[in-house]
Amino acid sequence: MQGNIACAEGALAAGCRFFGGYPITPSTEIAEHMAVKLPKLSGTFIQMEDEIASMASIIGASWTGKRAMTATSGPGFSLMMENIGFAVMTETPCVVVNIQRGGPSTGQPTMAAAGDMMQCRFGSHGDYSVIALCPSSVQEMYELTVKAFNLADRFRVPVFLMADEIIGHMRERIIVPDTVEHHERKSLQPGVLPFHPDDDQVPGFPEFGKGFGVHVTGLTHDERGYPCATNPKLHEQLVMRLYNKVEQARKEIADYEVTNPDAELVFVTYGSPARSVEQVLHDTPGKKIGHLRLKMVWPFPEHAIREFHDAARFIIPELNLGQIAREFDRHTSVPVVSVPKLGGELHLPSELKKLIGVNE
Amino acid sequence: MSYEDWYRQDRLPHIYCAGCGNGTIINCTLEAIDEMGWKKEETVFVSGIGCSSRAPGYIVTDSLHTTHGRALPFATGVKMSRPEFHVVVFTGDGDLAAIGGNHFIHACRRNIDLTVVCMNNQIYGMTGGQGSPTTPLGALSTTTPFGSAEPAFDLCELAIAAGANYVSRWTSYHVKELTKAVKKGMETPGLSFIEAMVQCPTNYGRRNKFKQVLDQVEYIRSHSMMRQKYLQLMEQGGAVPDNTIVVGEFINRARPAMGVPR
Repeated sequence: MQGNIACAEGALAAGCRFFGGYPITPSTEIAEHMAVKLPKLSGTFIQMEDEIASMASIIGASWTGKRAMTATSGPGFSLMMENIGFAVMTETPCVVVNIQRGGPSTGQPTMAAAGDMMQCRFGSHGDYSVIALCPSSVQEMYELTVKAFNLADRFRVPVFLMADEIIGHMRERIIVPDTVEHHERKSLQPGVLPFHPDDDQVPGFPEFGKGFGVHVTGLTHDERGYPCATNPKLHEQLVMRLYNKVEQARKEIADYEVTNPDAELVFVTYGSPARSVEQVLHDTPGKKIGHLRLKMVWPFPEHAIREFHDAARFIIPELNLGQIAREFDRHTSVPVVSVPKLGGELHLPSELKKLIGVNE
Repeated sequence: MSYEDWYRQDRLPHIYCAGCGNGTIINCTLEAIDEMGWKKEETVFVSGIGCSSRAPGYIVTDSLHTTHGRALPFATGVKMSRPEFHVVVFTGDGDLAAIGGNHFIHACRRNIDLTVVCMNNQIYGMTGGQGSPTTPLGALSTTTPFGSAEPAFDLCELAIAAGANYVSRWTSYHVKELTKAVKKGMETPGLSFIEAMVQCPTNYGRRNKFKQVLDQVEYIRSHSMMRQKYLQLMEQGGAVPDNTIVVGEFINRARPAMGVPR
């Protein structure tokens, strides 16, 4: 199965019943697959006039209680930024898939990159926190898409699936489970104000059409949902809650794989470069090499670094100029070596071996 | 029931300036809804950004006050997901015709079953009176200090060309006609576009020689011409006075529509 199709199948298995999108390479297969499958499941597929409208449409659909998704790549992702911020501010669960390609601008439509990792974290204006998942196989395109929906509903945030052209277009054999985990969106209890948070800092969801009569606004709002944009204390409280509801759960929801935690030399990867590193580990059985593979990059799991208690050097191959290496570096005193690669191709295992002094 | 029952009493007072025409348009829309007999829990208001877009916040139903220009794609998501909902969009000339222009023509092309009420005050009121795509040629605003050099959009003709099923234009003076038009739009499957010309004394009127609120309302009234009369004049080659506001029903047709409840 192709990675993009696995993503679409994972979304359908997770109960996604609304897809609003706009064609863009290398993500288009996701929209095409949803266009075929959603009508048969009484779902809605709509091709919007641009990515701004796509993002808007899934937010609208989400408020009617549907699991909703869009898929895009860099240029479309840039267009979505304002409405992503609206989803953050209004606490609208939704899933945004970014099959990353080379940028800036139109760049390399058919080549892989991971240049949007910071954009997904900080791209919309204002302070907030989000969740971003990074698959490194077709199997994970399926599994992490399911997971993205569950996290979106639990935290009421946009969740990003940050894949790349390689994973999106790769074909691999995968195991499709009979059932997938499904965490229901927590409903607003009658008598509770629509934006009054529970202990987990997340308010119950007042679905449209259930008689809650909720006003949803991107303006700073009080717990009734009413605009209240000039109260400094209220604004601070709201933004801190939006930030903390994700950040306080970062340890609990962290998702990563640790290989050889007692190694001195440790590779750190997310997305497709993990595959090159796995080849290096496979080819050098006599050498103890560690590998920290992040399946969730945001919120950043800094505690995972301490799993490698003997680490003397972290090596981070990325398909960008070191976006996550820089984030990693600020959480450790151990030397961090960034191995950026631009152009759209993966790091060759031989390049990485040469870097750590292993001769072929 | 009356239109007053649709207001969120605990949100008053509203933010509109004294003499603003928007309240009249909201009243007319709520009156039309009340006559339609819609249920509150099945009605959703959607808006973008601007003075007009603050309206859903004063209404008791579920509502989305979204980003600038994007009300229509948000409303598309709501309506296509739940066609049984009645979805009404409040927008303004800047929101709909400038930043949201592309969404406007595509919503009309799809002919999605929405009722779109545009409060056209010919200015950006919320940000202090900048020129908009419907500011008349020669009119003064903070960004057209020597008179607007740009010809204005005719939003109704735009909606017709793009495919909307129902199109009407009235003004804040013509409350009975406007209410009827909004109701007719609500009854028509597909996209209904009702443009309401409104006075903006604070940011348009005072820069364009309307000393009193009623001066601008009177100007709007006296420059209004029924569409039938306008078409007759055009056919006969007669002279149409400058700055004529063509009012009435522009079109009522049955193109294939989307999001219509089964």
